Amino acid sequence: MATKSNGKQTVKLQNPPSIVSTASIVGPKEGQGPLRLYFDNIIDDEMWGEKSWERAESKLMRETFAKILDKAGKTSGDINYIIAGDLLNQCIAATFGLRESGIPFFGVYGACSTMAESASLGAMLIDGGFADNVVCMTSSHFCSAEKQFRFPLELGSQRTSTAQWTVTGSGGVLLSNQGTGPYITYVTTGKIIDFGIKDANNMGAAMAPAAADTILTHFKDTGIAPQSYDLIVTGDLGYVGKSICEELLKENGYDIKDRYNDCGVMIFDREKQDAHAGGSGCGCSAATLAGFIYQELQKGCLNNVLFVATGALLSTTSSQQGESIPCIAHAITIQRSL
Amino acid sequence: MQKAFTKEEYNKYVETKSPKSKILRNIIRAFVVGGLICVIGQLISNLLAARGFSKEFTSSLTSLILIFVGALFTGLNVYDELGRYAGAGSIVPITGFANSIVSPAMEFKSEGYVTGVGAKMFVIAGPVIVYGTSASVIAGILYYLLRF
Amino acid sequence: MQGTLSMYLSAFIVGGVICAIGQILIDKTKLTTARILVLFVTAGAILTAIGVYQKIVDIGGAGATVPLTGFGYTLAKGAFRDVDQYGLLGAFTGGLKAAAAGITAAIFFGYLISVAFAPKAKR
Repeated sequence: MATKSNGKQTVKLQNPPSIVSTASIVGPKEGQGPLRLYFDNIIDDEMWGEKSWERAESKLMRETFAKILDKAGKTSGDINYIIAGDLLNQCIAATFGLRESGIPFFGVYGACSTMAESASLGAMLIDGGFADNVVCMTSSHFCSAEKQFRFPLELGSQRTSTAQWTVTGSGGVLLSNQGTGPYITYVTTGKIIDFGIKDANNMGAAMAPAAADTILTHFKDTGIAPQSYDLIVTGDLGYVGKSICEELLKENGYDIKDRYNDCGVMIFDREKQDAHAGGSGCGCSAATLAGFIYQELQKGCLNNVLFVATGALLSTTSSQQGESIPCIAHAITIQRSL
Repeated sequence: MQKAFTKEEYNKYVETKSPKSKILRNIIRAFVVGGLICVIGQLISNLLAARGFSKEFTSSLTSLILIFVGALFTGLNVYDELGRYAGAGSIVPITGFANSIVSPAMEFKSEGYVTGVGAKMFVIAGPVIVYGTSASVIAGILYYLLRF
Repeated sequence: MQGTLSMYLSAFIVGGVICAIGQILIDKTKLTTARILVLFVTAGAILTAIGVYQKIVDIGGAGATVPLTGFGYTLAKGAFRDVDQYGLLGAFTGGLKAAAAGITAAIFFGYLISVAFAPKAKR
């Protein structure tokens, strides 16, 4: 009998791990966005001195990892596990970026939900007594993602109005069984949900039902009222997905409008930055969590956050074969104090 | 979730929630930019014809020049900006064909000159040549059969 | 300036209309660039085969030959010419022969430019 499970899809952590440090590094476009002051480092060129976009993304991962350790005053010897993943085929940004770390590594793929997925697993590892310190992280890169999933950068094509902009950035957290918070207290793991959207340029709409389902399940499993959260934040639904998610929840009796936001909406300025329906990519929710959300929790401006990272589980092959897009959303509750 | 959507219902609902592309604005831009590229083509062709070149030579050289310009502007990182503004206005002209060759080739240079540049050059142009050539063969055969 | 104003005007209008049709297809059907280009080249060859495109070229000049439909027109017309000359074999030799300059230029310049320049991130 699983003693820590709390409802169908939720785990209540009995020894909630602390997020002892976070780090985020983002690209130049993100560095001009509304959240720019929260990031640790803003690179001024997407190539970052490397010879390919993929290497640049690996470097994002490597440098973010170094920064996480640095800010916590830890060395790699203190870390029991790294749990990481990214969008590139076979997760090469994570594995290549972290290959010199010398730390046991779990590679995960949850598309843009990777931040919440890795943090869920890391929190459970610590709560279960299997580890003291776990680093959970992810990254995405506009250029490497466009190259893999969409069109060449220099192709003169138009982005549709529902298309989202992949964030160049990496973010991660160090979870520890020592620490004074913020704590991860609940983990709600999402199901794979497919509502039949086939348009890869409308990822927000494809992912919204998954996000709504996970949020709804979280409320039901835990009995927590939406009002006890100061912020419920989804990963990268963007403007289209955010409004759909909001409506789906409202239809199910949960009006969260006044405390709901989306990292894809927060990270870019809709008026000034040409990002169409908002940001996306693993780095979108990861950098927002590691930057804005964590710092606001530390300051005490936020006390209780439901972080719901969302992922579209498509591949270029499945898109070309005309398949619809299965999606997933994982939620973690982050509390400033217990 | 409680409310069970069918996939069709959800797709329809999403349709209403998604912002529409500004179609009229896009069409006007495509019309103007596409038209201007054709005017430039006409100008080149007239200049060549005035030099006494044959009709066929003129038309080949005009395409050649436009293709070069399209490729060059892609290399200079401006064709994508034009495309962002003009859409089909810069995709449909022959300069767009050049853009479709150069853009993937440049991007995949990191995968080498043979399997990167050499192969990826044709991800978009390849199908164009395949379908164009095949259509011309079929047209030729029909022409042959109907001629007699 | 060579040519008459009306010549340029008709090139502008015919070319503009062909591109506008492409834009409608993109916005209404979400066709990708590759599909648009394939569609236009094929349409050009078919319209030439049924005798329509020649009329458009007569009116529009470069307005009809510069868009990718004009590429299909060149291919099909080349096939007809060689059929006239060599019979059925011409259907196989004429198309690429007529389009040789365009295709070769695209490959050669395309190669040179891609080697010489690097892609830049959009912001």
